Amino acid sequence: MSEHLLEVKDLKVSFDTYAGEVKAVRGVSFYLDGGETLAIVGESGCGKSVTIQTVMRLNPEPPARIVGGSILYKGEELTSKTDKEMRSYRGKEFSMIFQDAMTSLNPVVRIGKQMCEAIRIHEKVSHEEAKRRAIEMLGKVGLSNPETVYRRYPHTMSGGQRQRVMIAMALCCHPSILMADEPTTALDVTTQAQILELMQDIQRETGCGIILITHNLGVVARMAERVAVMYAGQIVEKGKLSDIFYHPKHPYTWGLLGSMPDMQERSDSRLTAIPGSPPDLFAPPKGCGFAARCPYCMEICLQSDPEESPVGEGHTARCWLLNPYAAACRPVPPVGRDKQLVTPEVAGYLERKGVTQDGQ
Amino acid sequence: MEKEKQPIVDGGIDPALCRPVDRSKLDTDQIVRPSVSYWAGVWRRLKQDKLAIFCALLLLVLILLAIFAPIFSPYQYDQTDLLSSNLSPSAEHWFGTDSAGRDMWTRVWVGARVSLAVGFIGAILPFLIGMFVGSIAGWFGGWIDMLIMRIIDIGLCIPSMIYVILILVYLGGGPQAIIIALAVMNWMGPARGYRGRILQFKNREFTLAAETLGASPMRIIYRHILPNILGNIVVSLTSFVPAAIFMEASLAFIGLGIAPPMTSLGQLASDGAGMYRTHFYQFAIPSLVISLIIFAFFMLGNCMRDALDPQLRDEMSTSALRRRRRQEQLQKKQKGAAK
Amino acid sequence: MANKLTGQPPLIQVEHLKKYFQVGRGRVLHAVDDVTFSIPKGTTLGLVGESGCGKTTVGRTLVGLYKPDGGKILFNGEDITGVKGKQKRALNRRMQMVYQDPYASLNPFFTVGEIITEGLEIHGIGENKKERMEIAYDLLQKVGLHREHANRFPHEFSGGQRQRVGLARSLAVNPEFIVCDEAISALDVSVQAQIVNMLVDFQESMGLTYLFIAHDLSMVRYISDQTAVMYLGQVVEIGDIHEIYEHPAHPYTQGLLHAVPVADPDYEQARKGERIMLGEVASPINPAPGCRFCSRCPRATEACKHETPQLRYVGGTHQVACHNL
Repeated sequence: MSEHLLEVKDLKVSFDTYAGEVKAVRGVSFYLDGGETLAIVGESGCGKSVTIQTVMRLNPEPPARIVGGSILYKGEELTSKTDKEMRSYRGKEFSMIFQDAMTSLNPVVRIGKQMCEAIRIHEKVSHEEAKRRAIEMLGKVGLSNPETVYRRYPHTMSGGQRQRVMIAMALCCHPSILMADEPTTALDVTTQAQILELMQDIQRETGCGIILITHNLGVVARMAERVAVMYAGQIVEKGKLSDIFYHPKHPYTWGLLGSMPDMQERSDSRLTAIPGSPPDLFAPPKGCGFAARCPYCMEICLQSDPEESPVGEGHTARCWLLNPYAAACRPVPPVGRDKQLVTPEVAGYLERKGVTQDGQ
Repeated sequence: MEKEKQPIVDGGIDPALCRPVDRSKLDTDQIVRPSVSYWAGVWRRLKQDKLAIFCALLLLVLILLAIFAPIFSPYQYDQTDLLSSNLSPSAEHWFGTDSAGRDMWTRVWVGARVSLAVGFIGAILPFLIGMFVGSIAGWFGGWIDMLIMRIIDIGLCIPSMIYVILILVYLGGGPQAIIIALAVMNWMGPARGYRGRILQFKNREFTLAAETLGASPMRIIYRHILPNILGNIVVSLTSFVPAAIFMEASLAFIGLGIAPPMTSLGQLASDGAGMYRTHFYQFAIPSLVISLIIFAFFMLGNCMRDALDPQLRDEMSTSALRRRRRQEQLQKKQKGAAK
Repeated sequence: MANKLTGQPPLIQVEHLKKYFQVGRGRVLHAVDDVTFSIPKGTTLGLVGESGCGKTTVGRTLVGLYKPDGGKILFNGEDITGVKGKQKRALNRRMQMVYQDPYASLNPFFTVGEIITEGLEIHGIGENKKERMEIAYDLLQKVGLHREHANRFPHEFSGGQRQRVGLARSLAVNPEFIVCDEAISALDVSVQAQIVNMLVDFQESMGLTYLFIAHDLSMVRYISDQTAVMYLGQVVEIGDIHEIYEHPAHPYTQGLLHAVPVADPDYEQARKGERIMLGEVASPINPAPGCRFCSRCPRATEACKHETPQLRYVGGTHQVACHNL
C-alpha cells in the first residue's frame, strides 16, 4: 500500500443534539500528498468544515463524536489519539487558516506576542529566536514593515492584512499540511486574488500540502490539483481538476458548474441554479442525498444510496446514472466534454427486458 | 445502506426503478427538525436544571406562605398579649412571640409579604423607568441623549443614601415611601444599560429592515429590540429583587423602615438583633427567611442565565450528555464482560 | 437587454449625492462623494465596489435610512430628499431593501409569518391577521417555500431559505423599487444563482426596478442592465453592462474584472503569473485631493495626484472618470 501524507478512510462524524443525532459526515474518504492541493467543494452545511476540523480534532467532543473510520497521518492513526497528544500535532504538523481572521486572533494581544507564543509552544527556542522567526514570516507573507506589524494589534489592520498575519502564524512552525477553511470568502476580490497567489507561492517554497475548503469553483480552478465535491456529508465526486471541470459525472457537480457565472461570454441566458436546499442531516434521506434536487432523479435514487463507482483514473462518483443499466434507461444530455455511452452488453440486457432507451 | 438491499436483479437494475420521478412531488425545502421557539428552548433547559427547579419551588413555597400563613393563623400580626411575651417556639406559637407578645409566625409572614412586595415593585418600577428613559436616549441620540446621560452622571455622583434618607424623612416611613426611594435611586443603572443595548441593536439589519418597512421607533424598540434583550432583563431583575429587599432591611436597621405595628423582615431582624443574647430565635428566624428568599432569587437568576444562553440552543445539556456517556461506557464494559 | 434602457422614464434619479460621517476630532469619512446616476423603470443598476467604497451607504440613503448631506434624490420625478413623517412612510411602501446577512436580517424572535406580515400590519394592508397570513402564504409559495414554514423561526432555515424569507418580506408591501444590498454575497454560489434567477423572475412579472449592490462583478452581469463601479465614495465608471464587461476603460474596473477567479482550469492555468492588482482600498477619512485610485493605479501620472478626474463620455452611455484613457 502506498503511503500518503494524510489518508482519511470512511470517516463518520455525528453531533449529539437535544433532538437527536445529526450525521454531519457520513463516510468520507480522501487522501493528500505533500506539495499538492486538494479542494473540498460544497455548500455550507455539507460537512466539509466538520471533516477537516475532525482531522485537526477541533470539534468539541461532545457534542461531536467520531462514529467510525480512520485518519492516517504519515501512517499513524489519529482517531485514537487523546486530546493532549493531538495538541502536539496542531500547529506543528497541521495548521489551519479560518475564514474570519478576527475571531482566531486575540484582539488584545500584540501580533508579535501571539506569534512567538505559537512558535514556543512547539519548539524550545529562545524569545529572541522566536521573534526573529516571526518577523521573517511576516515579511514572507508580503506585509511591508514586518517589524511594525509585529507590534500592532489585530484590529488596527485591514481584513487582507489580518489574513496574511494568520497565514504567517499558521506557517511559523513549518507544518506539512495547511488546511484553509474558506480563507478568502470574507475578502474583496482583489484581496482574494492576492491571498490566493500568496498561498501558491508558499506551497511552492515549503512543499506543504494544502486542503482548501471553498464553495467557489473559481477559486478551485485557480488553486487545486484534485477536487472532492461534497454533498450532504458525503463525497459525491472526486477526481483530478480537469476531470471535475471537463468530465463531471455527478448531477450535483453539473449543477455547481452551471450556477457559476460565466465572465467571458456575453450571454443573456439564465444561470442554471440548483433548486431548493440541501437536506438536513438530522434525518438524512434514505436514498441518494441529492435525489430531491436532482433533475435526473429516478425511482431507485429515492430508495437506495448509490455506491462510489470509479469512472476514470482516480475519478469516482456516487450516482445511479453511472450504472450502465440505469444510464441506458434514462439518457442524460451530455455534460462537459462528455457523451454517454451504452455498451452492446447493456443494450442486450435491455432488449431482453423489453425496454426502449427512453425509459418507457 | 447494506449491500443486499441494493435493488440489482440478475446483473442489472430493474428498469422499473429507472423511471424518472415526478419532480413536483419532491420537496426540496423540507425542514425535518422539530420547531423550537426560543422561549420553549429556555423552558426545556430550565426544566432540566435541578437547582433551578429547587429554587423555583422554594420561592413558590415562601411566596405562598407569605400570602396564606397570616390568613390561616389564629393570631393577628398586631395582636399584643403581654402575658405571653418572649415565648420560645412551641406548638402554640410556632416561631415564638416577641417582646410585646405578638405571634412571630404571623409577623414573619406578614413581614415577608411586605418585603417581597417592596422587593418586586421596588425592582420593577425603577427598571421600567430606566428602560423608558434609556430607550429614548439610545434611539433618538443627539441632544436628548446628551441631556439624559449627563443627568444620570450627576445622579450617580451623589451618594444614594443621602437622597434616600431625605425622601424617607420627607414622605415618612411606609412601604410606598421605600418603593419611591428605591425608584429614584435605582432607575439610572438600567437606563444606562438599556441605552447601550438599544445602540447595539439600532444598526442590526433586522432593525434596519423594520425601519425600511416604515415601523415607528416605539414599534421597533418594543416589538423588535425588547424581546431580544428580555432574557437579560429577567436575569438582572432576579438580582434587583433581592437587592431591593436588602435595601429595605438595611434601612430598617438604621431606623428608617416600616413604622410599627406593620412590619417587614428587615424590621423584624432589626428588632430581634437587640435581643439576640436572650432570645436568639427572634433574630434568627426573620434573618433565615430573608436569606432563603435572597438565595432562591440569586440561584434562580444564575440558572436562568445559563438557560438563556443561545449558544446552547441546539446542543444537548451537558448533564444529559454525561448521563449518555456513562451508559455507553457501561454497555461497553458489559459487552467486554460477556466476551 | 440594452433596449430595455431606452424609452423608459427614470424611476430613481440620484444627483450629486453626498453623505459624510463625522468620526471625531474633525475627521470626516467621505462615504459617498458626489454620486450621480439614474435607473429607468423596470431595469437594474448593478453597483459594484470593494468594501468601504460607500455602495451600502448609497443604498441606505436611497431608502431613507440616512439623511444625505448634499445632492438630490428623485423618485418618479419627485424630490424625496429628506422627506419625513407620513410622506416617508408612504415611500417606505414603494421602496424596499433586501439585506446582506441572512442571519442578522431576520429577528430571531419572530416567526417567518410574523416577519413577512409586519410590513402589511404597519401599512394597514389586509383586514385582519388571517387575511394578512394568507398574503404571507402566497408570498412564501412565490419564493419557493411552503405554507407550513410560516410558523417556524429563522434559525431553523438554511442561509438561502432565509434570504428568500427576506425577499418575501420586502415584496409583501408591493414595492416598485428594491435595493438589494449585497443580497447574495453571503450565500453559496449555487444558492446565489437561485436568488438571482428569482430576482429576475420577479422583475419580469412585477415590473420591479432594482439597485443591485455587489462586491464583485461576476453575478452582476446576470441581473443588471447597467453597472456603476464605485471606488472610495465615487463612481469611476458607469454604463451599459455588456459595454463595461467587454471594454472596461477604468484601470480599477479592469483590475476588478481580472481578479474574479473563473471556473475554468485551462483559463486559470493560462493566465497564471499575470499581474494582479496590488494594494488595498485606502481610508475614506479626509481623502487627499486628486484621483482616489492613484495609489494603486498602474497608469498613475503626476496629474492624477492633484486633479480629481470627472466622469466623461467615452461612447454611448459609457462614462469613465480617468485622466489617462
